[in-house]
Order: sequence, then C-alpha cells, then structure tokens
Amino acid sequence: MREVSRWFSRNLIRIYAALAFIYLFIPVAYTMAFSFNDSGKRNLIWQGFTLKNWANPCGAPEVCTALGNSLKIGVISTLIATILGTMIAFALGRYNFRGRSSTNLIIFLPMATPEIVLGASLLAMFLNLGINPGFWPTVIAHIMFCISFVVVTVKARVASLDPKLEEAARDLYANEYQTFRRVTFPLVLPGIAAAALLAFSLSFDDFIITNFNSGTVTTFPKFVWISSARGVPAQANVIGSAMFLIALIIVVAGQFAGNARAKRNR
Amino acid sequence: MVDMASSATGDLNLRNITKSFGDFVAVDDLTLTIPKGSFFALLGPSGCGKTTTLRMIAGLEEPTSGSISIGESDITHTKPYKRPVNTVFQNYALFPHLTIFENVAFGLRRRGQKDVKDAVEKVLSLVELGHLKDRKPGQLSGGQQQRIAVARAIVNRPALLLLDEPLGALDLKLRRQMQIELKWIQTEVGITFVHVTHDQEEAMTMADTIAVMNKGRIEQMGSPVELYENPETVFVANFLGQSNLIEGHVQSDSGAETSVDVHGSRILLPSSRNRGKEQKVLVGVRPEKINIHTSSTSAGKNALEGGVVTDISFVGVSTQYQVEMPWKQEIMVFEQNDGGAPNIRKGDRVTLTWEPHFTFALSPES
Ligand SMILES: Nc1ncnc2c1ncn2[C@@H]1O[C@H](COP(=O)(O)OP(=O)(O)OP(=O)(O)O)[C@@H](O)[C@H]1O
Ligand SMILES: [Mg+2]
Repeated sequence: MREVSRWFSRNLIRIYAALAFIYLFIPVAYTMAFSFNDSGKRNLIWQGFTLKNWANPCGAPEVCTALGNSLKIGVISTLIATILGTMIAFALGRYNFRGRSSTNLIIFLPMATPEIVLGASLLAMFLNLGINPGFWPTVIAHIMFCISFVVVTVKARVASLDPKLEEAARDLYANEYQTFRRVTFPLVLPGIAAAALLAFSLSFDDFIITNFNSGTVTTFPKFVWISSARGVPAQANVIGSAMFLIALIIVVAGQFAGNARAKRNR
Repeated sequence: MVDMASSATGDLNLRNITKSFGDFVAVDDLTLTIPKGSFFALLGPSGCGKTTTLRMIAGLEEPTSGSISIGESDITHTKPYKRPVNTVFQNYALFPHLTIFENVAFGLRRRGQKDVKDAVEKVLSLVELGHLKDRKPGQLSGGQQQRIAVARAIVNRPALLLLDEPLGALDLKLRRQMQIELKWIQTEVGITFVHVTHDQEEAMTMADTIAVMNKGRIEQMGSPVELYENPETVFVANFLGQSNLIEGHVQSDSGAETSVDVHGSRILLPSSRNRGKEQKVLVGVRPEKINIHTSSTSAGKNALEGGVVTDISFVGVSTQYQVEMPWKQEIMVFEQNDGGAPNIRKGDRVTLTWEPHFTFALSPES
C-alpha cells in the first residue's frame, strides 16, 4: 500500500501531464482516425480501414473548392492586414500624434466585439452600400478583424525594441532608411511573422463573420458546417488532419533549426 | 560622399553649449576644448549632464544653443551618421541579430567599404576576441561585449571616440583590467577618447585631462595632478579624494603669501593657491599631507593644536586617524606605515602640522 502511494506521489506530475495530453488530443486523434474510415456518405460509424480518402482528398465534391477559397481569402487578408497592421503598430509605438490614444482604443474594439455582432453589422453595411456578399466582402471583413491582432502583436515587439540600438546604427553611419532596413526591421520581423501566422489562422478558422458576408462562396469551415447536417465526408477529415500535421511539422522543424543554430554558435 | 564634416580632424570645440529639456537646464553654457589625440575624462555625479553632453557631440541630441566643431568644421547640426564620431554606449547596444563580425563591420559597410574582412579581423585581434567572430552578442560575457563595443567603434577610425561609462556594469577586477586595456588601445590607435565616468579613481588613472562637471557646468578642468593638488571649488575638493576644509579669515596677503586665521592659529599658504574672493575662506588640506604629533609644534609649518584622537583605523599601507578639534570639527589624517609614525592611541591629545605649500583656500560659496 505504502509502495503504491509513494509511486503515485513521485509520478503525479507525469500522470497529470498524460491525462491533460489525452484530453487535448482525443478530438484530434478521432478526426485523424476517421479520415481512414471507409465510410461512403456518412462518416459517423467505423466501417473499416482505407487509404482511398487520403489518396483522393478532392474526391468529395466541393471540399477542395472550399479549401481553395479559404486559402485564397486567408492569404490575401493576411498579407494586407499584416502590412497595414505593422504600419499602424509602428505609428502607435513610435510616434506621438493627435488622436493616438483614441486610435489605440479603436484598434482594440474588433477584438472585444462579439463576432456575431460584427458579422451582422458588416453584412448590413455592405448591403446598404449596395455591395453583395461574396468573396471580396469576406476578404475585407477578415482584414478588419485581423488588423487588430496584428497591431497588438507587432506593437509589443516594437515597444520591447531598445531605442539605443537605432541610435547605435545612426552613430555607425547608417542613415534613416539603412537604420530601418538593417536594424529596426530585422529585430521586429519575428513579431511580424508571428502576427501573420496568427492572422492566417484566424482567417482560415473564421466561421461566423464569414457565414454572414460570403454569400454563395463556400469556405472550408462553412462547408463543414453545411455538410454536418447530412454527414461530413471523410475527405474533410483528411484535410483537417493534414492541416494539423503541417502545422506540427513546421513547429517541430522550427525547434530543431533553432536548436541546431544554438549548438553551432556555441 | 566624403564631405567636410565626415573627414574632419582636429580639436573638438564646444562653445557655449546649453541644452534644456522644458524648463530644466541639463547642460548650462558649457565651453571646452578637447585636444586632438588626448584621453579626456568627463567626471561628475549622476544627473550632472555627462550623457547629454556626449549625445550632443554624437549628434543624437541637438543643443538648445551654442556650437560644436571639430577642427575647422562646424558639426552642430550635422546628422549623427555624417559625423566622424563613434560612441561606445553605456549598455554597449550591440546588434543582437548580427554576429560579432557583422557588428564590427556595420560602420564600414554603411560607408560603402566593400572589403571589410581585413579591417574587422585586425581590430578583433586588437581586442583579442578574433575567435568569437561568428557568435551572437548574447553569447558573450559582459567584458567581452564591452570590448566588441569598443572594436565596433574604433574600426571606423573616427576623429573622436565617445565612451559613456563603458565600464559601469563590470565588477571591480575586470574594470581595472579594462581600464588598462582601454588606455593601451587609445595610445595604440591615437584617436581622441572622451570618457564619461562618475568613478573619480577611473578618471584619474586613465585621463590626460579631466573636466569635473556639476549641475550642467564644468567646475574645473586640468590634469589629474592639478585637480587633486589644487582644487578650485569645494565640490572638486570633495569629489576627487578627501579633503579637510576648515573655516578661516584672511588676515594679510603679501602677494606671495597669504595668512589666514583659523580658530586662533595662523595658517600660511601661497597666495596663488587662494581661490577665495572675500575675507571668509575655507582652508583645505589633504589628509595624507598632515603629520600627527604628540609633542608641541615644529617651526616653519602650519600647525593646529588641541586635537583629540577619536578613532584610529589601520588599513595596511597607512593608518587613518580621526581627530576632533576644539571647535568640534573632525579632521582626517593619513600616516604612512613607514615606521616613522609615533605610537598614538585613542584619546591622546595631538598637534597637526603640514607644509604651507600643501594648503589651499576656497570660497565657501563655490
Ligand atoms: N530626454 C530628456 N528629457 C528630460 N530630461 C532629461 C532628458 N535627458 C536627460 N534629462 C535630464 O538631464 C539631466 C542630465 O542627464 P544626463 O543623462 O546627462 O546625466 P548623467 O550625467 O549622464 O548622469 P548618470 O551618471 O546618471 O548617467 C538629468 O537630470 C536628467 O533627468
Ligand atoms: Mg549618463
């Protein structure tokens, strides 16, 4: 008895970590498992193992069209939101101008507003302007809510930048442009990259605002939602699993590259 | 690309420089000349305007009024990147995203020099850190970063190198070592160094000329020996080493010799060493210049009688006595431990003597 309780207290952290991990990954594991399901139309009951879903992810009609739309919207809105947001972040972090504090506040508003309200009001606005819901209204909506997150992320990086470094650059014969190009920008770049990744995942993931403003254009989350009434095809599981694996590989590769660089420099 | 300002050499001249931040005057009508090739120290307490002065010379701050020139060319309003001036910042400000090699090469590359390898490797070997050129600054110790900061600046061969308390973050032992190294580098490369510090010992051991700064003004400027032996203000007398300052009244001035009444004793000093403007002065003498006696005075010297020893501390090379005078002032006396010192104990009545030419007199308001 004593033995058992001692074993428990020694391994408590490990047990806890294992449980938390299982809790987090059961849904992912479930999604992955069912991407191999030989399902036919409804992918709810295990019918047997197959690779045919992975061999032909565009097998189900519309899955790949929806994915393509999501990627297009994601890339365009990420690009524009990152550029605009970075510029706003520099302006807010570096310069004192009239209306700076109110700009700061307004930037936060889209993050604090419920998505359902944002989506509905955007749709009302587009209709009032005589713009029909569709691809571009969705892009505009995504840019709008992504900008806030980009500004917040990049501004934190700008604020943590030591102004002495830019002074040192100017002292070492770098003019204003060279100082930005060689010192400021490279040092803020990790923040910009993080902001872009965040913006992309927010855009790719968004359902509520998209649903209001996309009209007949189907994005991936919207496709899954619509088809869930009839049964989500296994190809959707394939795409979901693939996204997860790609993200995982990027993170792990980044870690390895970082470690290798640290080792080489030692 | 090479214009007048960036190729200027010669003495650095600051003329009537004032810098205000709002109502606050950080640097107040400062005028000084720093000769080409010298090791110049700007010494003063925290907040006296040393960094502000350096920043104006570097061009990172514009003076409110006054002018700055190097040799013949006026650089008061020249952009920092067009000045032949480089700075070693207090916290080094090395670029964290660049290797040591690229940090050092930064200035050369910005000026369009294509082949930087030789110059960079030469300066890295001067600071003995050539083997670290592929590392990032974060992987260096404080002392190594400091040397890289110096290398990054001197590789550009500026007319002027500004050092803003570059040794402040180092421990005492490393600091002493770096002082010697910096002094050696300065003689090696022959660049004018302007070194800011609030460590008086550092200034005295390194500099040819020291300017003592207080509240935005230069109090006194001169060689370390001049400042120590002949301070002109109370601030300088107390800031550089220790001084005993005793109130007195000038009795007579023969032109060569001044006689001062100090609590009933006659104290003599060369008239040239009297900085007082009125009758009331502060008579000063350094603790190590005073001799301590249990017997009565010897002739031809300044003497103060009736002191009582209140404290004795033995510090190896010398013994430090604290003597309370009849007018309740404590006087410090340092005696060399060369065997000649009398055997004095706490509570003994003593007489203090010193040579008239070690005496100085200051205006009490200074
Ligand atoms: N940008 C600024 N705005 C307002 N006041 C300033 C500014 N920069 C410096 N000061 C003030 O000017 C005075 C001189 O500052 P400075 O940095 O030159 O001092 P310092 O002699 O270098 O002191 P330390 O030894 O502590 O570094 C200080 O009282 C400081 O508060
Ligand atoms: Mg300072």
